[in-house]
Amino acid sequence: MSKQQIYHALKIDKDICYGCTHCMNVCPTDAIRINDGIARILKKRCIDCGECLKVCPVDAIYVEQDDLDNIFDYEYRVALVPAVFTGQFPTSITEEEVFSMMKELGFTHVFQAEFMVDMLNELIDDQMEMNEDKPLISTFCPSVVRLIQVKFPSLIDNIASVKPPVDASAAFYRKLLQNQGVPDKQIGIFYVTPCAAKIAAVKGIDDEYAAINGVINMMYLYNKLYTKIKNNKDSERELPVLPHLSSKSIQWSITRGEADNMKGRCLAVDEIHNVIEFLERLENDEIPKVDYLELRACDQGCAGGVLLHGNRFLTVDRMKRRAKQLESETGDINWKEHKEIIEDKDLFISKVNPLPAMSLDQDFAEALKKMERIRNLMCYLPGIDCGACGSPSCQALAEDIVQRKANLSNCVFLQRMMEKSKKLSSEHAIRIIERTWGKDRLDKDCKKIGAKNEGM
Amino acid sequence: MEFVYEVEGGNFTKAGNASSAVKKTMKQLNVDPKIVKRTVVALYEAEVNIVAHAYGGVITVNVNAEHIHIVLDDNGPGIPDIDLAMQEGFSTASSKVREMGFGAGMGLPNIKKNVDELKVSSEVDKGTRVEMKTYLKNQ
Repeated sequence: MSKQQIYHALKIDKDICYGCTHCMNVCPTDAIRINDGIARILKKRCIDCGECLKVCPVDAIYVEQDDLDNIFDYEYRVALVPAVFTGQFPTSITEEEVFSMMKELGFTHVFQAEFMVDMLNELIDDQMEMNEDKPLISTFCPSVVRLIQVKFPSLIDNIASVKPPVDASAAFYRKLLQNQGVPDKQIGIFYVTPCAAKIAAVKGIDDEYAAINGVINMMYLYNKLYTKIKNNKDSERELPVLPHLSSKSIQWSITRGEADNMKGRCLAVDEIHNVIEFLERLENDEIPKVDYLELRACDQGCAGGVLLHGNRFLTVDRMKRRAKQLESETGDINWKEHKEIIEDKDLFISKVNPLPAMSLDQDFAEALKKMERIRNLMCYLPGIDCGACGSPSCQALAEDIVQRKANLSNCVFLQRMMEKSKKLSSEHAIRIIERTWGKDRLDKDCKKIGAKNEGM
Repeated sequence: MEFVYEVEGGNFTKAGNASSAVKKTMKQLNVDPKIVKRTVVALYEAEVNIVAHAYGGVITVNVNAEHIHIVLDDNGPGIPDIDLAMQEGFSTASSKVREMGFGAGMGLPNIKKNVDELKVSSEVDKGTRVEMKTYLKNQ
């Protein structure tokens, strides 16, 4: 049996990270430890939500992305752009203008990631009527899907089987080009992503029908485009002809985008810690009957994505205004007539498998033994959750100890007790701290953040 | 291994704390997610019963390789007619409790549905003991 490899987009730059514990403390799945003065991500637990990236004070956490030059591996270079991307530009700049400038960067085609929203909306409504596992949980946010796999495996059957709009729109556009006679090999579809989770989802996919070839960091692209806009304002461009999306489609990725448009009783929860709290309750059957759950890892939905420039509330406001403008516009090209090229495999995901990462051992008896040891260890640990041992909490340290990944002497308070009872020399204690926090960590250094020579 | 949780009568804000703790434990023990779900649904129901009807109680959970055994002891009014309480739809909950979405009379029947063995004993004006057992190996 092959071991399932999980791809992650979040990486730590070992040269920049100085082990400050901010990321370790916010990680919703306890997936970060500090060792040798550097943060380390436990792959089995990471759900690519990006909380660590948001909180890092020195930008040591980055997302692994495709180089923009990769698009030139293909003759037909399609940028798949979500509405939050255009939502970052002032409303005076139209979607067509943004897209036309993207062509100057080398893309041959630009298409909207939310194109398929209306069709998917209908499919989800149908599924909601048929499905017995209530509530149905949206597949929209890849980080939430990963969260359920890792932490809430009993809710796997609640996940809807309708694809997220990005994937369905990519599949649609690929078919459209193929129908125009373009060989599949020459088509490169690149999604402009607002988050790390989508990168992980695209790269980690083993689906042979995966329609997306690569992922471009939205922040990188925004900076490139905005510089262009600032520098050649007046030049005349040929504007691309795009399908006019419904105002619903434009707002789909922001909070309540789905919930406000589904039939039945729908709830929207955003921000990863809120989502976890809600899923805990759902698992206990504490939630009264709900038909559909829109769950998003980021506050304000995709407008709060880690790779977005600017303030998420302003982005939401601009997207709403753009959507309003569209309501009065007509002249829709009938792209829907291509509906027949869509097949089921373009619209539905394959089964989602549980990837439980919270268990102490595969073997029940062994897990029971470990849990007994943890409970015993907790009698000695101080319960301060200071993180000075390199694990996020006393509980996490106890777990790491029984998994042979840490020692009781990693706890700075227990070190004191050991020194007092002469079980540990001060030199040894310092060596232990250096193992966790790096050598020379306790030496005077005035270039530290907040110190008098910071940044010099 | 034994876990003990105290339950406060009338405090609906905290109802579910014991269930969540037991759930976390079962996940760490790598118990089949479907069994975790069934057990937690039953336990939550029973926990809320104590909060809704009794002055307080204690939940004792025992886990071994074979089964999970949960005993809920409460100080409360007791159940005069257990057979009646086991019927779906039967409820003595006050209107205040019903307004909060509890007390639909599905409590004990729902517990029975979700565990392998259920034993209820009660003494009027003293309290109630609910014992439930679920086997961890797929039978």
